[in-house]
Amino acid sequence: MLWRKIARHGVAMLATVLLGGLLSAAMVRLAPGFDVDEAQLDPHLNGQSIQSLRQARLEQRNIFRFYWHALQRAVRGDLGTSISLGQPVTTLIRERAPLTLRLAGVGLLLSWTVAMTLALSAAWLRSSTCDAMGTVISGTFLCIPAAVLALLSVLWNLPGALAIALFVFPRLYRYARNLLAKVYSQPHIVTARAKGLSELRILFWHVIPVAGPQLLALAGVSVSIAIGAAIPVEALCGLAGVGQLAWQAALARDLPLLTNLTILVTLVTLLANSAADVMGYLLRGGEA
Amino acid sequence: MSLGRSNFWRSVACVVLLLVVGVSLAANWLAPAGYARQYREAAGAAPTHEHWLGTDEIGRDRFARVLYGTRISLLLAPAAALLSTLLAAIVGGLGGYLGGRWARGAMAMTDLFLSLPWLFLLITVRALMPLNVSPLTSVLVTFLMLGLLGWTSAARVLCATAGSLRKSDFVRQARAAGVPNARLFWIHVLPNLKPVLYAQFWISIPAFILSEANLGILGLGVAEPMPSWGSLLKELEGLVSVGEEPWKFVPLILLVLVVTSFELVLSKQEEVAA
Repeated sequence: MLWRKIARHGVAMLATVLLGGLLSAAMVRLAPGFDVDEAQLDPHLNGQSIQSLRQARLEQRNIFRFYWHALQRAVRGDLGTSISLGQPVTTLIRERAPLTLRLAGVGLLLSWTVAMTLALSAAWLRSSTCDAMGTVISGTFLCIPAAVLALLSVLWNLPGALAIALFVFPRLYRYARNLLAKVYSQPHIVTARAKGLSELRILFWHVIPVAGPQLLALAGVSVSIAIGAAIPVEALCGLAGVGQLAWQAALARDLPLLTNLTILVTLVTLLANSAADVMGYLLRGGEA
Repeated sequence: MSLGRSNFWRSVACVVLLLVVGVSLAANWLAPAGYARQYREAAGAAPTHEHWLGTDEIGRDRFARVLYGTRISLLLAPAAALLSTLLAAIVGGLGGYLGGRWARGAMAMTDLFLSLPWLFLLITVRALMPLNVSPLTSVLVTFLMLGLLGWTSAARVLCATAGSLRKSDFVRQARAAGVPNARLFWIHVLPNLKPVLYAQFWISIPAFILSEANLGILGLGVAEPMPSWGSLLKELEGLVSVGEEPWKFVPLILLVLVVTSFELVLSKQEEVAA
């Protein structure tokens, strides 16, 4: 059953990436200005060179052929060349991905620590002050765009990972708090408390097995939120990661680079969600 | 929070929203010079009696720009939310109601869009459009894009709700009585989807306001000289310290106030949408 689940996720992931790739190729092909190449305006080129440039563009007119060629190159590890930076996309990604992964990883770790500490304190202590404090803090950060958090982190010389953490934290806290409050109010936990079981034992034996799969699903989603927040944080904090690369590609309308990055990010988020789903499945003891 | 207290805060939030919308709609009277007029002799000035929030680096009155920017964000975000709710109703509502391969197709399309981080998707699609467009076109492109791409979460909820309605007794009975599919959807299913549609519409508004702010700060939103919360917040980029020019934080305070008010008003709607 486990292998079937993993295989199903693998197929879904492949289908999403292939379909997403086709959609991206279609968007790139249909985007205004696709047929225009600045090189054609170069006065140093003779008529034959300009003609061959036009011919090369014509070959890309058919969306499916354009996508098929891109796919063939991608299988060989060639994701094309960035128009704006003039470097191979694979090189750019290889250079910048570690920073983004580190930034998102630290941000996620921080946000999960704070969100779970506050959510557990609210559910554990059943203190309205604790609950109100968490709600007010998360509510405030929920209303601040990621780009503003990035600007504030620059202003106060704070690390970029903290901006990501502050953006992800309220989204985690709200869900985790509601989930834990619901689990802690279940009759078997009220009984366990009445019988005098220690809070730690209740947490590890009765709360985590119930809330675990949903928290794991939330973990998968939080990866996507953190990677999304990495764009403004890296762009505004001057951090040379994939997010900054995507922003530069967007400003320069470097569509091949941007679509490759989008597909890569989709793959990472799908992987995170699938891993969370499989782990949740294992935690439920193999029940669907 | 007790029911009485939460109702009190909800009422306060409603008053704040009405006040902000009212003041922004009165921008033409409160700031008749407009958002683009330059006071070149007073560029980068601190607040005075003439310019309540000072002027920006090219001498435009910040108070006027905040008013007009608020109006643009607060009028166009609901328009984008309406578009996204309609799309969600078509994709999710119809897919869920028709069931089978239609529902699977609708969900596959929704999953494809949901697997992309929201901001990545936005900047990719924004980059597909020409960037050097007129300010008015940039406003329309930005909010149209938010409306066209923001339907996915709502579609998922609507698909599930429409799917459960399809299996409900009253729909089965109506179908057995020979009511045509289109009439069944229009008369029996759609009215029952209305609470979810309303909830999704209201929930989308603050999300779109925040997304526009992100795009604006990144230089991919509304183009100059048209103001929006995103372009107004971009001014924070050059700040060296908070105490230096605190009036530059007014757009941020207003944004947080409005989005918080929306969150408070919507706390009930979110329960419906969940």
